[in-house]
Amino acid sequence: MKVTFDDLTKRFGDVVAVNNISMEVQDGEFVAFLGPSGCGKTTTLLMTAGIYRPSNGNIRFGDRIMNQVQPKDRNIGMVFQSYALYPHMTVYENIVFPMKLKKTPKQVMDERARQVADKMGIGHLLDRRPGQLSGGQQQRVALGRALAKQPDLLLFDEPLSNLDARLRLTMRAEIKRLQMELGITSIYVTHDQVEAMTMADRIAVMKDGYLQAYCTPDELYEQPQTLFIAGFVGNPPMNFVDVEVTSEAGIYRVASQGLTGEVQPLRGQKAAGRGRVVMGIRPEDVTLSREEQVGTSPGLVYLVEPLGRDDLVAVQLGDIQLHVLTDPALNLAMDEKVWVKISPERVQFFDPQTELSLIWR
Amino acid sequence: MEDTFGVGSRSRTFLPLTLLSLLTLPILVGYVWIVISTFSTRTYGLMPVDANGNFGGWTLSNWAFLWEDPIIWRLTANTLLLATGLTIGVVLVSSMAGYALSRINFPGRKSFLATTLILHAFPSVTLLIAIYFVLRWIGGIPVLGRGLPIIGGFGYNTLGGVILVSVALELPLGIWLMKGFFDQVSWDMERAALIDGCSRWRVWWQIVMPMIRPGVAALAIFSFISGWNAFLIPYTFMASQDQSTIAPYLRGLVGATVPINYSEVAAVGMFQLIPILIFFIFTQQYLLSIFGGGAKGGQ
Repeated sequence: MKVTFDDLTKRFGDVVAVNNISMEVQDGEFVAFLGPSGCGKTTTLLMTAGIYRPSNGNIRFGDRIMNQVQPKDRNIGMVFQSYALYPHMTVYENIVFPMKLKKTPKQVMDERARQVADKMGIGHLLDRRPGQLSGGQQQRVALGRALAKQPDLLLFDEPLSNLDARLRLTMRAEIKRLQMELGITSIYVTHDQVEAMTMADRIAVMKDGYLQAYCTPDELYEQPQTLFIAGFVGNPPMNFVDVEVTSEAGIYRVASQGLTGEVQPLRGQKAAGRGRVVMGIRPEDVTLSREEQVGTSPGLVYLVEPLGRDDLVAVQLGDIQLHVLTDPALNLAMDEKVWVKISPERVQFFDPQTELSLIWR
Repeated sequence: MEDTFGVGSRSRTFLPLTLLSLLTLPILVGYVWIVISTFSTRTYGLMPVDANGNFGGWTLSNWAFLWEDPIIWRLTANTLLLATGLTIGVVLVSSMAGYALSRINFPGRKSFLATTLILHAFPSVTLLIAIYFVLRWIGGIPVLGRGLPIIGGFGYNTLGGVILVSVALELPLGIWLMKGFFDQVSWDMERAALIDGCSRWRVWWQIVMPMIRPGVAALAIFSFISGWNAFLIPYTFMASQDQSTIAPYLRGLVGATVPINYSEVAAVGMFQLIPILIFFIFTQQYLLSIFGGGAKGGQ
């Protein structure tokens, strides 16, 4: 089922929680709403569920406008961060509860409940109460309850945030696999960019009630539309440096106190001659070496943080500090002199006032 | 310091225990006196004595009201009716009002909550005369006033009227209590239920109410006890003594004419006390959740 938002707005008194959002979720697509807390992503989800009424704009399921439709008539399944299992019912009763309300025939109900329970690996827990289960098991039950009613749309509200790191990885993979298998249109709210990047077909980034971008994870990572997205997506986060871009005979150069380098003409074009702009460069797109080469700038190693596969090195170049991912074999020491080179085809430029990209906008 | 007040040191429990025992002593002595005097002709302090002032004088005659004054059984039934009616009324209205106040945003919600709190602080004695007129007026309504079976109606001088007034006076506390319990149920739980296909009514009845069962139980027990012990309202609004409840009957024994037989008063008091004592012993664990501030079933 296709879900469409047209100029969707939600106000609570004077506070605008969701501001004029227009977007589309294709049939069978897995979309993540990503943003820091308070950005309006959960509000949007609850409007989709029918818990909140939009102040303005429309929500459409297929072609039907859903604004006034009660939650119970929307045929959606929802999984909450707090699991929201009914504590006074057994696991089995929890799973069949939505079907019971829909007056599903008893036999069908029983069959579906057991099928879903087996799929979720909770078949042996059907007689237990939620209070007797671990967090991971409870979340499986919650997912099972949402799936057993065979919804047209699945909503997830930070479902993995209460689980420990290892379990989160497993559940992440399971949810993604299930969604692909069943092909149910899904909206997944999270503040964890890794979750969004790994699971979603498309990501809607929200900030302060505005939709900042709506695109595939790759695009989000490679072609950030705004400064906010560039800084929010990616771990460790992107470095930002105030630079000036100059062009001379088709060669584009960036320069700031301490850092100079050459950049691809396509990237530098719009930023050139504008005066001060913000350059963004990811830690993996900077290289360090002990020998001076063409287009490198000298710096001092400020700190080395071993991450296992890589070392995260902070390099001081005059007033600016860059974080760089390096090969541990390089074996840098604190206060050692290094030469820094930025990857010419990987830099991003942003307008310091509007914070919009000077490459992709 | 650590030697005298270390964890588990004896002085640490000894001191509070002694203090509490001392404070409880007068109450305990009172109970002991009641038990002794119900079975004796007279007492000197805690010592039962016969007519000549010698130790002894054990008798069952104080309990004679149980078979010689059959009205006591009717009064007991009335007391039970009052306590039950009060419990049902308070629990029903408080749980619905508490839910609405906790979950639904409607105009006047805040001021309603504040007013309820003020009403709770209001001494009910000051309302007696006004309530009398209200009950008189209700008494004028056909059937509802004084034409109902068992409770008589809702007017003046009917058991129903007494129940009505008692429920009203108990409601502020009940509503606030229930609101507190509802506040502790997570919103997600209700959202999940709404999405799963419940109507608002069903959410209240099938999801939220079972979750705050300890709270409901506590309020029910509390109401039952206060209904059983109620004196002022039944005494004031049930003019005919033989239609009233045990507490006003007890008051009647301390009445004007003959020298008061305190041993009989004690016996009637005991008679009223025993059921509620048994009830309390079996239900006190739920009562604690009122003070403990919450339903355990919540999560």
